[in-house]
Amino acid sequence: MQLADAFSLNSPASWVLWFVVLTLAMYFARLPAHRVILTLTRVVYRALRLASRSVLQAAEKLVARNKEVLLAAGREAAERIIEREFERIDAGVRRDLSECPTLNRRLSEQVTKMEEDHDQSKVVPPTPPGWVNAVKAVADIDSKGDPMVAKILESIQTSLVKAQEQARNDYRTATESRHQHLKNMIPAWRKAIQMLGLVDGKVTSLLQRTQIIDRHMDEYENIIKTSDRAERMLSSSSMVQFFISLFVLAIAVGGALINFNLIARPMAEMVGGGNYIGGFKIADIAALVIILVELSMGLFLMESLRITRLFPVIGALSDKMRIRMIWITLTILTSLACVEAGLAYMREILLQDELATSALLRGGEDTAYQVQFQWITTAAQMGMGFVLPFALTFVAIPLETFVHSLRTVMGVGTVGSLRGLAVLLRGIGGTFRYTGKGLVEIYDVVICVPLWLESQVKSHSGGARKPARGQP
Amino acid sequence: MKRFLSLAGIALALVLTGCDEPIPPGRGVYMLMDTSGTYTGELKQAQRIINAILARLDPGDSFAVARIDTGSFSEKDIVAKITFDDRPSMANQQKRKFRQLVDDFVRKVKPAAFTDVTGGVLQAIEYLNEKNPGRKTILIFSDLKEELKKGYKRKNIPLQVDRFSVVALNVTKLRSDNIDPREYMDRLEYWQTRIEEGGGRWRVINDMDRLERVLGD
Repeated sequence: MQLADAFSLNSPASWVLWFVVLTLAMYFARLPAHRVILTLTRVVYRALRLASRSVLQAAEKLVARNKEVLLAAGREAAERIIEREFERIDAGVRRDLSECPTLNRRLSEQVTKMEEDHDQSKVVPPTPPGWVNAVKAVADIDSKGDPMVAKILESIQTSLVKAQEQARNDYRTATESRHQHLKNMIPAWRKAIQMLGLVDGKVTSLLQRTQIIDRHMDEYENIIKTSDRAERMLSSSSMVQFFISLFVLAIAVGGALINFNLIARPMAEMVGGGNYIGGFKIADIAALVIILVELSMGLFLMESLRITRLFPVIGALSDKMRIRMIWITLTILTSLACVEAGLAYMREILLQDELATSALLRGGEDTAYQVQFQWITTAAQMGMGFVLPFALTFVAIPLETFVHSLRTVMGVGTVGSLRGLAVLLRGIGGTFRYTGKGLVEIYDVVICVPLWLESQVKSHSGGARKPARGQP
Repeated sequence: MKRFLSLAGIALALVLTGCDEPIPPGRGVYMLMDTSGTYTGELKQAQRIINAILARLDPGDSFAVARIDTGSFSEKDIVAKITFDDRPSMANQQKRKFRQLVDDFVRKVKPAAFTDVTGGVLQAIEYLNEKNPGRKTILIFSDLKEELKKGYKRKNIPLQVDRFSVVALNVTKLRSDNIDPREYMDRLEYWQTRIEEGGGRWRVINDMDRLERVLGD
């Protein structure tokens, strides 16, 4: 009975007794307890370290896979751009070459014309008649006072002067004609220079385009070589595209929201306002479905126009089929836009009716709610109802960019998370390891009295033996 | 925005939650108007409340207005009842007609000699259970002072108002309440106990300037 009282924890003496018993038990179980503590913590440490290493390996694999995907996407984009540049060059060359025969003909014509003018400008002016010298010699004979001879000589001189004037006039006329031909060559020269300038401009443009292609080809080569520079560039480009497309998509969501509000209320008039599916009004669901159908049609239209490439099946269709698809989707979109415009008009009517009813219930007159410039809001609503479906069509472009860049962003994010997790696991593992060591030390602190006694006994029995570590 | 996003996630939600027993949509409101001698003067107030409720009800909702008189457990005491059409335009027309019926009633009503509140509540329960809307609300526009004609038995009748919301409106204080306020408090407590024992939710609204609280939104 007294023994039981001693262990009943009701008195300080029993507490002391319990402490002594436990300390002794812990002292005798010291080595196995240390081993258990260290083993357990080491097991956890090793497991966490292993897990950390696995996570890091997974992160490295993901990095490699991300690089692969990024480069593949970049390669595809670069191919697309280069292809498009070649198409442009092809179209430019075809167009320019088709103009070449005409240009050549026109240049030949100009050259022929210039040659003709040149030839004509080369015509030698008429020489003065050959007898003039003979006549001049006769005219220079001295008359020696003979009036008859003098008269003859005077007559000869007059004839000679007349002939000279005639010759001078002929020469002047011929020279003027030559100058005229030379003058005629000036516009031909100008035209020829202009044509050559045109050719020069086209060749320069072609050269510039080839420089662009060279740049793209360099990028493409970098991608093919899987260089780090290409990866960095593509990654950064993906990030930028992701945020830009996200921003544009947020704007599109705003547009869709306005569209939804425009048609949800009047839709109740068509499908009923009191019917529900899963707690949601059928009218709201119908309005949402209409908007989603419009978005789908917009996607298909953009695919058919080959502006986006989300569905390879559509891109691979024959041109004839694609054009058919363009018309079909455009027709459906226009029909839905007309429906929306009608619903927007209906919304306005319903709103007026509700306002009138509310006014009546509030105690006002039973008159329709009228505002002076109400037609403006009605027209604006109808216009928005018609335009928004077409505006939402262009969501396909940022959506495509978003989808493509999302892969990269998610990849980078996941790699970051995995690396963070690995560090965390490693940290927790280290904490367990040092906690084990700490627990061993705390264990020894608890049983410090028996340990001290043990060291004392050992030092007495061992004589000059070196004291244990940590002992005075 | 919230509604749009919730609708966008509807398909996913249906798949994830499975198809549990759905709660029926819509609201059902049954309003009891006390037409006893002391209370007929308050009926203009009741009209205001009815109009406010009409303005807030949606297509597909049910609404009934009944009088509390000597024996209220009867369809004959229903002044007007309606389940609004699914189309908003039709529902608006129905609201106007409903209002007209109530106006006519208030104009021609004669004070009742007794006040059978329990009978009216039982009739309301029957009506709303039959309509089975998603939310059931009973509005009691009365001073809650029950006065039964001799022979009418209403004591100890349990009120099965599980998932009902019962709102006492404009509970006026009688002259005797002023002498002994405990009577008023006992009256409220008595009804609260009955409703809550039946599984319903009990509220009292005396501030008629806050009519939007009437439907508990």
